[in-house]
Amino acid sequence: MTRKQRRLTLIGAAGLVLALAAGLVLFALNDQIVFFYTPTDIAGKDLAPGARIRLGGLVEEGSVQQGDGGAVRFAITDTQNRLAVNFVGLLPDLFREGQGVVVEGTLGADGSFKADSVLAKHDETYMPREVADALKKQGVWQGEEGSTTQ
Amino acid sequence: MSNAFPIAELGHYALVLALALALVQSVLPLWGAKTNDARLMGIAPTAALAGFAFVAFAFAALTTAYVTSDFSVRNVWENSHSAKPLLFKFSGVWGNHEGSMLLWVLILSLFAALVAVFGRALPKSLLATVLSVQGWIASAFLAFILATSNPFARLDPAPVEGRDLNPILQDIGLAIHPPMLYLGYVGFSIAFAFAVAALIDGRVDSAWARWVRPWTLTAWMFLTAGIAMGSYWAYYELGWGGWWFWDPVENASFMPWIAGTALLHSSIVMEKRGALKIWTILLAIMTFSLSLLGTFLVRSGVLTSVHTFATDPTRGVFILLILVGFIGGSLALFAWRAPLLKPGGLFAPISREGALVFNNLFLVAATATVLVGTLYPLGLEAFTDKKISVGAPFYNLTFGPLMIPVLLAMPFGPMLAWKRGDLAGVAQRLSAALVAAGFAVVLTLVLTGAENLLAPLGAGLGIWLIAGAIVEIADRIKLFRTDFATSWSRLKGLPRSAFGSMLGHSGIGISVIGIAIVTGFQAETITTLKPGETATVASYELRYDGAAPRTGPNYREDVAHFTVTRAGGAPIAMQPTKRFYEARKSGTTEAAIETIWFSQIYLSIGEWSDDGALVVRAYYKPMITLVWLGALVMSFGGLVSLTDRRLRIGIPRRAKKRAVAAIPEPAG
Repeated sequence: MTRKQRRLTLIGAAGLVLALAAGLVLFALNDQIVFFYTPTDIAGKDLAPGARIRLGGLVEEGSVQQGDGGAVRFAITDTQNRLAVNFVGLLPDLFREGQGVVVEGTLGADGSFKADSVLAKHDETYMPREVADALKKQGVWQGEEGSTTQ
Repeated sequence: MSNAFPIAELGHYALVLALALALVQSVLPLWGAKTNDARLMGIAPTAALAGFAFVAFAFAALTTAYVTSDFSVRNVWENSHSAKPLLFKFSGVWGNHEGSMLLWVLILSLFAALVAVFGRALPKSLLATVLSVQGWIASAFLAFILATSNPFARLDPAPVEGRDLNPILQDIGLAIHPPMLYLGYVGFSIAFAFAVAALIDGRVDSAWARWVRPWTLTAWMFLTAGIAMGSYWAYYELGWGGWWFWDPVENASFMPWIAGTALLHSSIVMEKRGALKIWTILLAIMTFSLSLLGTFLVRSGVLTSVHTFATDPTRGVFILLILVGFIGGSLALFAWRAPLLKPGGLFAPISREGALVFNNLFLVAATATVLVGTLYPLGLEAFTDKKISVGAPFYNLTFGPLMIPVLLAMPFGPMLAWKRGDLAGVAQRLSAALVAAGFAVVLTLVLTGAENLLAPLGAGLGIWLIAGAIVEIADRIKLFRTDFATSWSRLKGLPRSAFGSMLGHSGIGISVIGIAIVTGFQAETITTLKPGETATVASYELRYDGAAPRTGPNYREDVAHFTVTRAGGAPIAMQPTKRFYEARKSGTTEAAIETIWFSQIYLSIGEWSDDGALVVRAYYKPMITLVWLGALVMSFGGLVSLTDRRLRIGIPRRAKKRAVAAIPEPAG
């Protein structure tokens, strides 16, 4: 093979691999990403039950109920709408009533949310970013220190 | 504590001087290289060494403030406490934004100083240019620290007590993970500086590759260990029992690692065959660019995680400017100057070079998928206000499939001859490895009752990599094809880099086995237990014996006592705890982990309810330690390669001659 042919082979191979990567990425972005919503977003949308989403807001005061076998029920609120959440497992150390939280899971047919993970914040002073933004948008945000809307 | 000695001011002043020196180092040596002025070029090593001394002084000053609990320094007040154990007073220096950036610059200037010391045999103009480029990076980041992230700011009046370090960071992991990680991804700045210097020079040859390789190897070795350490820390500290979350911050260190791995391989081709020069230069630029991108993602506050200590928009903009300046500038330089570089040797598609190109294509494509997965949510949010998260399912569909061809092909690469290889011949020589892999698949299937097919295949793939690496060495020493004494002497004659690559490739294999087995066969139990009650996970029975309080240096904790037994085995005591740190008014959960051979039992707890019942999460994680052990073996492989005499930077010229005579390549 001449230098030119070899170079073309190389470029062809590179193109194929990149096309493969691009194809995989496009397919996965279509299918495997998880959208973030607030309870108000969900109230306004007609989401199909079973879709995987992230839900964020504040843990409603007085809503946390421990059940058997590590089951927990609580409600997430953005002060305008609320959504009941069922979860089985360990809650993160910084999970508290009145604090911001993000959960990931699926919306059930009865309108409640089945979470398979409750995302931990790593530091007590910070609000999950999505939650902070969502609350700012609704005008119930107070201050930078992760303070709640009392 | 009274503070008559102005240690913080001296530290601050040292940083200003370091910036001044870095600016000198950025300009004069480069000008000297251009005008062939030996005096100006000679400034570079001195400036680099002095710059390191000043940054080290500043770092020592901040450390002193931490160790003496000088709360008049704002940074110390925010992140320390007088009752904090001494180790965390040291490691707490970089457990915050400002200190962490100072560590970044300390390591950057350490590398520049090392180049100044070990690079004395480099051509004068190359050394001067390389150190100048290092000077640009140091100037940019020192300016960043001084302008937006001064760790030495004072508080007046000084508070009597500090606010303590985030409890999650009060762990031995903080002492090890960030320094290792920074030695890794800041270390790639040397490869970057060499690449830019080559472009400025308009000249690059295989000697260049030999000079860059040890630095790339060093950085890669630390980055590998640093990522593994971070993964293990997250595993035991965060209490979810996961070891990799595809969190953007993890990706920030993982992308330079993949690109750096590609760079290590392409520079072999450049060193041995003089080919892929332009590509190697581009990879060196991309690798460090990804390091900078990582720094931006973690430090600018665009992401929220344990790594982003605080958010301040001016910082984000400043780092973004540095990022755009360096990446844009170096790529523009590349576009302008790369056409001047002469292309190198020819090779057939089936050859060692071809195999390394294959490796590079897939690794770079895999890096690109991680990059898209990391940046897409940020971009989407910026442009459409939609918020999404990209997690494991995305990467399993993109990164995963791209890695499989690389892993399958990996044992072939080192066995193919340079220029033109014989694929069928190599396949034949690898048949032993294939048999071993097949045996591993069948064995795993039988042992686990064929409940899962992917995990046995993964285990087989891991064995394929390990056996392939061993077969390669056996092949080179003609094991069983000649008498044992000859094989032994050939083994002793092999260059260290051959063992390094064997360890590197085996390490990947070990990790792959761990990942496959733990993903396929881990067992999990979540339940509530009252004292005296039992639960089972896998074949272990755990009994909750009750809880007792305990007091630590700056926390108090409730210790849950468990007894874990397996039929016929001795009882194991396990004690997960819930800690509460008074100063921060926050707590952590410390999981209890019991290692049994390569597997682990992982026990984490939730809250106690009023009747004394405790939420318990227990895992049995088979072979999980292999995930990290494999990474350590890879890192050790890097170290072994580094001791190869051909890579000793102090003797480039002599080494060059030797290299030609001393490479016992397998006959093609």
